[in-house]
Amino acid sequence: MSDEILVMRGITKRFAGVTALHDVTLAVRRGEIHAICGENGAGKSTLMKVLSGVHPHGSYEGEIVFEGEPCSFGGVRDSERRGIVIIHQELALCGQLSIAENLFLGNERAKRGLIDWNRTNHAAGALLARVGLRENPTTPVHDLGVGKQQLVEIAKALAKDVKLLILDEPTAALNDDDSAHLLDLLDGLRAEGITSVIISHKLNEVTRIADSITILRDGRTIETLPARGVSEDRIISGMVGRDLEHRFPPRTPKIGDEVLRIEDWTVHSPSQPDRVVVDNATLVLRRGEIVGLAGLMGAGRTELAMSVFGRSYGVGISGRVVKDGREIDTRTVRKAIEHGLAYVSEDRKRYGLNLIQDVKLNVSAAGLDKLAPRGWVNENEEHSVAEKYRRSMNIKTPSVATPTSSLSGGNQQKVVLAKWMFTDPDVLILDEPTRGIDVGAKYEIYSIINDLADQGRAVLVISSELPELLGLCDRVYALSEGRITGELDRAEATQERLMLHMTQGQTT
Amino acid sequence: MTTKTAATPEAHLAGQPQRRFTVNLRQSGIYIAFALIVVLFTVLTDGALLTPQNISNIIVQNSYVLILAIGMILVIIGGHIDLSVGSVVALTGAICAVLTVQMGLPWPLAVLITLLAGAVIGAAQGYWVAFFGIPAFIVTLAGMLVFRALTLTVLGNQGIGPFPDQIRTLANGFTEGYLGNVGLGPLGGADLLSLLVGVAVVAGFAFNQWRNRKARLSYGQVVDPFPIFVAKIALAAAVVLAVVVQLARFRNLPWVLVLLAVLALGYSVMANKSVFGRHVYAIGGNLQAATLSGVKVKQVTFWVFVNMGVLSALAGVIFAGRLNQAGPTAGNAFELDAIAAAFIGGAAVQGGVGRVVGAITGGLIMGVINNGMSLIGAPSERVMLVKGLVLLAAVAYDVWTKRRGRA
Repeated sequence: MSDEILVMRGITKRFAGVTALHDVTLAVRRGEIHAICGENGAGKSTLMKVLSGVHPHGSYEGEIVFEGEPCSFGGVRDSERRGIVIIHQELALCGQLSIAENLFLGNERAKRGLIDWNRTNHAAGALLARVGLRENPTTPVHDLGVGKQQLVEIAKALAKDVKLLILDEPTAALNDDDSAHLLDLLDGLRAEGITSVIISHKLNEVTRIADSITILRDGRTIETLPARGVSEDRIISGMVGRDLEHRFPPRTPKIGDEVLRIEDWTVHSPSQPDRVVVDNATLVLRRGEIVGLAGLMGAGRTELAMSVFGRSYGVGISGRVVKDGREIDTRTVRKAIEHGLAYVSEDRKRYGLNLIQDVKLNVSAAGLDKLAPRGWVNENEEHSVAEKYRRSMNIKTPSVATPTSSLSGGNQQKVVLAKWMFTDPDVLILDEPTRGIDVGAKYEIYSIINDLADQGRAVLVISSELPELLGLCDRVYALSEGRITGELDRAEATQERLMLHMTQGQTT
Repeated sequence: MTTKTAATPEAHLAGQPQRRFTVNLRQSGIYIAFALIVVLFTVLTDGALLTPQNISNIIVQNSYVLILAIGMILVIIGGHIDLSVGSVVALTGAICAVLTVQMGLPWPLAVLITLLAGAVIGAAQGYWVAFFGIPAFIVTLAGMLVFRALTLTVLGNQGIGPFPDQIRTLANGFTEGYLGNVGLGPLGGADLLSLLVGVAVVAGFAFNQWRNRKARLSYGQVVDPFPIFVAKIALAAAVVLAVVVQLARFRNLPWVLVLLAVLALGYSVMANKSVFGRHVYAIGGNLQAATLSGVKVKQVTFWVFVNMGVLSALAGVIFAGRLNQAGPTAGNAFELDAIAAAFIGGAAVQGGVGRVVGAITGGLIMGVINNGMSLIGAPSERVMLVKGLVLLAAVAYDVWTKRRGRA
């Protein structure tokens, strides 16, 4: 068992000033199932992208040795040729094509440039039997459920003579039955001699199936453990342990009356209207209070926030939003803004900024009516408003007439914050406010959040980084599978406790 | 705020001049190109391009495309496209002809009803695009066929004319020389009223610029140094006055020029300064961000198409009036000219970028190429070839500057 199929040594990967991986080491033995655990943003997916060539050789430091040979993959095709196949969280299947066509996409069974359909469908049938999927190979993939699509992905990997199979959160979107089936399948593949690396948040699954566990935190390898007999608590403490001092500006909270109450809030998925995404959630925010919302990926945090903010997500929404003791109508974004709500999205480039326009037009975008009392924008006033925020928030830009696309991530985030501060909201919902931002700018964002609370506003912070929630928030809600599974005060909140609540319901 | 502010002002000033220059180059590239094309054809035609009558011709011949371009640039900024405007021009021209020629309605009423018909057409298309969610490309492609078919139905497959004099005057005619002529020395006689209007426009422009400058200074913003400020105004004034003098020497100001000037000014202000205009830019720039910023995306999109319909109807009236007949093939391929004008004028294919003045300049570039090449006797297929290449070059330049800006 000492035969190592894969060794990654000293892997360091930087993105525009942010170090995502720092001297990471990973050793996988032949024929085992190796789990990689870590918080969101710990660097798991980045590490796998380095391995599979998504981040090509030369864009990172360190070495990859596969089956005893050093590798320098220029792209996914190179790694696949060596038998390394990655299945991403977002499935990469073409819904309109049949199962067989998907299985051999880019790898077609062809004769003189023409596809041999008999051979394709026959080989597809054999692969489907190996993964235990009883479907006709000519069925279009979009007719299959997510669980079966996942199996098609694995069959597709088998079609490429996979030696090392990498699965990124394979069961995140699956129900319990489909998850169990998938884990059984991985067990079977191990018996066939296929090595797997599995990234998962579901620690019960990890302890059930894995042979070894490597824990990443903040882009570093913390430890590699044998999985036998390891407790989930042991893994959690490895995932979260780090010091919190000096990363957060000091603040003395002055908490006032309740300002917003979200009651019995239930939301269904727009793509699968029978799936509950947010399940009867109730939250309370008070003036001057910073409240955290913790949850793993897919727990429904963003869905909760966006559905409250102008029904921007979801269908079949029920529940009440009560502000200052009165129920308010937040069915359109405009109404939500008029009632003093603001939502800063987790994806500022897609949902927050008009990147081709300059800083001042972005700052004024949500509160434009304030600059245009009779329908005509006072551009000078607009300029000075943007200038005011540029100074007070220290937005580093040559001028407020610079396109936002040329700003760094942290400064772009400040522009989005300025946009919402200009609407003078009573409640701000900040979704991953520091994602993709370097440490220095994070501190500035935290200061801004503190100032917002000190001005008597209520702030709801959604974050995948538990230390951030603990360092920033007066109170934290934990969300798991759409349900509020815990509410912890600052004094009682620890990462371990939060993680316990966040994984509740998944440990069944 | 607990954040530091000390470090920025210096960096802010140091970075400024260079960046201002590159931004200016990208935005003003279109005007420089226009100037070069005018100079080129002036040389090639031995000055025939800039004779009084020819300037008048260029304006009158392209007026309807320019009107369409004003509507089209808003549609494109909003991230859509309108392929139906040529057919709408034909249909509204036909409606106007039926109302005036066959039904004998007074012309102002007939024009008003025609514009309303344009609004209804735009609303119908806007409904499918904005509220039903069908891509504008499909909706207006369908509209292109449907409205052409309706044109044939309304006209019974034949031309209807002649139009009342007033409508012809609007399309083709000139302002009266109420104040008589004055001598301009070697340039000969020119219409005094036209000259006075030209001087008034220049004075108004200069005053407005000066007032803006003062306001910006009072807000502590960076403005051009005074000599550059004066030079810019002097240049604009010289161009406007030169055109006006030439026109005054010919037959006074064309009415469509007056109309175009009003539209250009009105729509520029609307696009840049009204909340509605800003929302159009926001939607085209990032639909999701606009939605999450409280922009009523559907309503704004709907009204952009209504506006396009009204302007198409206006172009329809003017085109029919110019030909003195509403015909079944009127407006053929006008949508292509309008779209080309918008893109040559700096609109971005993805939406969110573009200027009304840019679209008008783009339309004029094509008009000057058309006119200049026919003056030197180039065959029409070569004109088409050049226009196609100019469109490609303009968009290539835009893509290139954008890519360079990102790197």
